[in-house]
Amino acid sequence: MEFDHILIRFGEISTKGRNRKKFVDRLKTNIKEVLNQFPALTYQATRDRLYIHLNNENHEEIVEKLKLVFGIQSFSLAMKCKSDLTDIKEIALKAVKSLYQPNDTFKVTVKRANKQFPHDTNELNYQIGSHILIHTDDLKVDVKNPTINVRVEVRTEATYITCYDYKGAGGLPVGSGGKAVLLLSGGIDSPVAGFLSLKRGVELEVVHFFSPPYTSERAKQKVIDLTKELTAYGGKIKLHIVPFTKIQEKIQEQVPENYTMTSTRRMMVKIADQLRQKQQALALITGESLGQVASQTLESMVAINDVTSTPILRPLITMDKTEIIDIAKKINTHDISIRPYEDCCTIFTPANPKTKPKVDKVSRFESFVDFDELVKEAVNNIETLTITLDQKGNFEALF
Amino acid sequence: MLYLDNSATTKPYKDVLSTYIKVTEEYFANPSSIHKLGSEAEVLLTQSRKQVANLLGVSDEEIIFTSGGTEGNNLAIKGAAFANRHKGNHIITTVIEHPSVLEACKQLESIHGYQVTYLEVDGNGRVAVEDVREALQKNTVLVSIMHVHNEIGTIQPIEEIGQVIKQNSNAIFHVDHVQGVTKVPLEFYKSEIDLCTISGHKFHGLNGTGALFVRKGVQLVPLFSGGAQELQLRSGTESLAGNVTLAKALRMSFEKGNQQIESLFQTHKKLRSELMKIEGVKINTPEDFYAPHIINFSVPALKSEVLIHFFGENNIFVSTTSACSSRSKKMSQALLSMNKSEDIAKSAIRVSLSLDHNENMIDPFVSTLKKGIEKLTKVMR
Repeated sequence: MEFDHILIRFGEISTKGRNRKKFVDRLKTNIKEVLNQFPALTYQATRDRLYIHLNNENHEEIVEKLKLVFGIQSFSLAMKCKSDLTDIKEIALKAVKSLYQPNDTFKVTVKRANKQFPHDTNELNYQIGSHILIHTDDLKVDVKNPTINVRVEVRTEATYITCYDYKGAGGLPVGSGGKAVLLLSGGIDSPVAGFLSLKRGVELEVVHFFSPPYTSERAKQKVIDLTKELTAYGGKIKLHIVPFTKIQEKIQEQVPENYTMTSTRRMMVKIADQLRQKQQALALITGESLGQVASQTLESMVAINDVTSTPILRPLITMDKTEIIDIAKKINTHDISIRPYEDCCTIFTPANPKTKPKVDKVSRFESFVDFDELVKEAVNNIETLTITLDQKGNFEALF
Repeated sequence: MLYLDNSATTKPYKDVLSTYIKVTEEYFANPSSIHKLGSEAEVLLTQSRKQVANLLGVSDEEIIFTSGGTEGNNLAIKGAAFANRHKGNHIITTVIEHPSVLEACKQLESIHGYQVTYLEVDGNGRVAVEDVREALQKNTVLVSIMHVHNEIGTIQPIEEIGQVIKQNSNAIFHVDHVQGVTKVPLEFYKSEIDLCTISGHKFHGLNGTGALFVRKGVQLVPLFSGGAQELQLRSGTESLAGNVTLAKALRMSFEKGNQQIESLFQTHKKLRSELMKIEGVKINTPEDFYAPHIINFSVPALKSEVLIHFFGENNIFVSTTSACSSRSKKMSQALLSMNKSEDIAKSAIRVSLSLDHNENMIDPFVSTLKKGIEKLTKVMR
């Protein structure tokens, strides 16, 4: 079947008043990046629709990629034919046949933009509808609530027919909502927090705390792989790897055991916050879920949050673990997250971490060491990688 | 030299060899080791699996690296039979399968008490979909049918068979795709295939490399016990360099296939029509449902071995039947199964092309054949 273009409908963008143009431009840019391997595509944005002209590119792959782009409510593949009644009838039938199941219902909606067309809208509805009805089995008409709505738009240059809407990913175009730094450990939660932030239009930079020799190259690779999965939704992401060994060792040395976890988290937030400032981002994002572990009680959050006034977004805060796992599976990060390597959060875990740490206590423990100097050093030695959707590994030449 | 025995094995691509050397020299670590070198090796292994999966249109975790076709077929057949013993002990296969399938089935029959139905084929070497349907029983646990026949080149109706199996039973469907991959398209999911064997040295990779597709949810009992590599289905330290070259050879062959397959069909057709013009030559490869790289014919007046040696003297290399059975000096069982006469089965010659061949091979081959027939029939009379 020959498809001519893809019609994209926006979601919430349509309600965004004067910012609409900015949103639509952003969406167009994001779509172009996700589809950059199809050079023949051409794009056309109107007030409330975006058209991608296929120019013979493979529509199946494009559909799969579009399903992931935030800011799209739904989209349809459109067929093109001559504005000629016989052709229109044939193509409409073909379109219906390609997707109907027994006992489905349908209706025909004609838009007659070319007012010179010899048949009027009612007649077209009737002609096309009966042609479909005669040439199919187990398909009935239902004009109120049909399974398939065959939309026919008769224009002077050609006629366009669409009858199946793919559901889009919803949300807002990535980047339309500012930039934030995601703390990615390698566990199941943080990639999901990243995904949900992307969904609301936030552009991500990712920070990971790397503590060799306590954590391995494989843990780092895991974070690279997780970040790569997140690039499917909004394009390339910067990944910042922080050398964290010295600070963790210092904490082990200086802070009483049941407070080490609290201190570690505070240092992470400090570092992430300085990075945020450097990268001109507006907020931090974590995968915390209330009460899941000792560091995620309200009391712990108070003690950890104490080091900054920057907003910390916690998209998973009220979610159950099972709900988080479901999303992780859907976005392909679950299987990467469960690779069994130690990360910065699992090493040095005390047997009995404080679930109700006190801010003044933890500050006092930390006051005996010049942590600010160590934090500065860590920030200055960050290794930054740019992760892209079609990331070529170091070994590409071998394959 | 004209090497026309590509169904026996192919010449490895130069790039495949250089990859092998590079990986062996630089990434020799065990992918299971936890140090940095092991980690690098694991990345390479993962990438190989991903590439093979992508090329075959399946998921990464459905690819098991093996040592080749024989191992793949054995693991598929015995593994599936053992893992599903509680559901039944009946297996369906065909009389024209490769020995690694037939002998595995016979072993299951003789030692493990399974019952095997060997389906017959028609004059073109094809299995009837109806026969598969009729052979399915309540206790059928496995159906194993090849895609492209290694001697004749006949293509089996895999998609239809897959549908029939799915609709009428719970049996597992194994396809030996060793001769077909990169030359004859096969959609694994659409054809309802559960297990599918490929082998590296049939598409310009190396001997000792291969892969088995194991559809998600299909249970197998491993043949090797050990360190639980390859998703616990194939223990033994991975042949990392071998697996990387498998991925590479598969990519290169698919790319070449996309460009050359039409021209290979043209070569096949032209070669067939030239052969048909020669008196005393009978073509065994059917005119429908054939793979473009195999053409099998007989010169009933001459035993195949004699003609093979004559070709060899002229630097042209072809096979009698399959390389695996040609040394046993038997007649082609496949041709006999197709109801061909003994004379035909005794005198069969298999020409198997590679994707690099074009019509230029036809003249030297055909003229040598003509010379051979003229010279040898005089003597052999």
